[in-house]
Amino acid sequence: MRTILRKELADHLNSTRVVILFCLILCVSLLITNTVSLNIRSAIDRGAKDPHLFLLLFTTSGHFFSLVQFIAFFGPLIGIIMGFDAINRERNEGTLSLILSQPVHRDAIVNGKFLGGMAVIATMVLSILLLISGLGMVVIGVIPTAEQVLRLLIYAVLSILYLGFWLGLAILFSILLRSVGTSALAAIAFWIVFSFFVSLGSNLIAGVLAPVENSRDAEQVGRNARVAAMVNRASPVSLYSEAASMLMDPYRKTTKSFVLVGPMEGMSMMRFNNPLDVPQSMLVVAPYLITILALTSICFAASYLVFMRQEIRSL
Amino acid sequence: MPAAPVIEIRDLVKNYGPKKAVDLLSLRLQKGEIYGFLGPNGAGKTTTILALLGLTEPTAGQISVLGLDPTRQPLEVKRRVSYLPENMGFYRDLTGRENLRYVARLNGLEKREAETRIQEALRRVGLQEEGDKLFQAYSRGMRQRLGLAALLLKNPEVMILDEPTLGLDPQGIASILKLIRSLSKEQAITVLLCSHQLQQVQEICDRVGIMNQGRLVAQGTIQELGGQGLESEEGKRMGLQEIYMRYFREG
Repeated sequence: MRTILRKELADHLNSTRVVILFCLILCVSLLITNTVSLNIRSAIDRGAKDPHLFLLLFTTSGHFFSLVQFIAFFGPLIGIIMGFDAINRERNEGTLSLILSQPVHRDAIVNGKFLGGMAVIATMVLSILLLISGLGMVVIGVIPTAEQVLRLLIYAVLSILYLGFWLGLAILFSILLRSVGTSALAAIAFWIVFSFFVSLGSNLIAGVLAPVENSRDAEQVGRNARVAAMVNRASPVSLYSEAASMLMDPYRKTTKSFVLVGPMEGMSMMRFNNPLDVPQSMLVVAPYLITILALTSICFAASYLVFMRQEIRSL
Repeated sequence: MPAAPVIEIRDLVKNYGPKKAVDLLSLRLQKGEIYGFLGPNGAGKTTTILALLGLTEPTAGQISVLGLDPTRQPLEVKRRVSYLPENMGFYRDLTGRENLRYVARLNGLEKREAETRIQEALRRVGLQEEGDKLFQAYSRGMRQRLGLAALLLKNPEVMILDEPTLGLDPQGIASILKLIRSLSKEQAITVLLCSHQLQQVQEICDRVGIMNQGRLVAQGTIQELGGQGLESEEGKRMGLQEIYMRYFREG
């Protein structure tokens, strides 16, 4: 398996598409960091004081979106591009027969592909985060505290798992579908559905299951919002972005974007608007982290099983 | 007393759903012989080969390859048996030598040993000049010869070749066949050769077996096959072509 893993790594690092993708992501993140850090610096100059200034680098939106949103939205493409032709291209070119006629266990092939992809993803995520942190330190002149570094690390793990989910999904499609084009389209279709249509659909489903007849009835409005949020979480994209924003923004205490408050309650909440510390943030984020890990494992396990049981005849 | 057979298949059955791909096939191959495995498409030849390598699980029957059970010990079998699949390919963006290097690594060969074996294999198949060209620049004949070179890397005791001459020009076919023949005779490698090119099978094979619908319908040397059911003098002069056609005229 080590051999296959090594080959996969070399393939990814040599392949034009991964290099192009990496450069593209690098450019966009540098662009975002640039605008954001300039904004932050001017805010500091005007006297803003925030103990979590450094994390704002990742969560403030530049022209269009923040870095966290950017990874949530375009990150899946990295996983898909690296995995969509993992198995079926080898099948079509006959190199799968070549490998299988060597003394190699069949599972070594899937494992090698998955681990190779994960290693490249981890390298990408870590290097981008490090680069941005470094750049941010230089531009805004704020050094992250240990707590913030910890948050960044957890965020990196979360992002790697999230991209790993898409890699696993793409590999699964590359095993199930014979044609490289079809598997790419299938994976991209999933990406589009999860990123765009789930939020539309969740409102629709919430409207059916918990209709709001009287918009002043707090009970009804709350139930509607809860159903919509639940449906939304079927999508790994919204799971990831909720978890990421919780992690990177210590002022958010709940994952619910919708909280009903009256004016007096609002005022009293303002008074207690203190940041959560890391263990408490972790407490909120843990279920998300575990769910994404589970989704990634499911994709991998499904790929593994399907590949092991596939009749060699059809290879 | 004859030596133990290198490949022994007893009453092999393989079903794909309701379809019987191989139906009670029995076969024995002795060390160093070249066995021609014939039959129309879909007769079950490839299925038999896959079962020999442990790449598919037989429904019933026993197989022994070099005294090993391929279903239980597929890795050990694949370490000593080379297989050239019908549609084998290499990585297009690597050179021939790099492709062989990858195969050597998959076989767990130590680096220096691998380099000498690669050099020797390339020389053997006449690719020492082209070893450092990209695989995508190879002609069909060169690709097939690189395939053979990959088989030689593990110093096999058995080679299983599925249509090694498909799509080659006449000189290409002749040189590949000559290569197979000389390899087999020099190093006492047992060869199981699947082909539709009857003329060539006749030229290099010691024995042939004809399969149809999962069963072995005839087996023996060409002279023996020709003699079956015919008066001897006429039968001995029969080519494999006529023998083969005789078995399939009715079907």
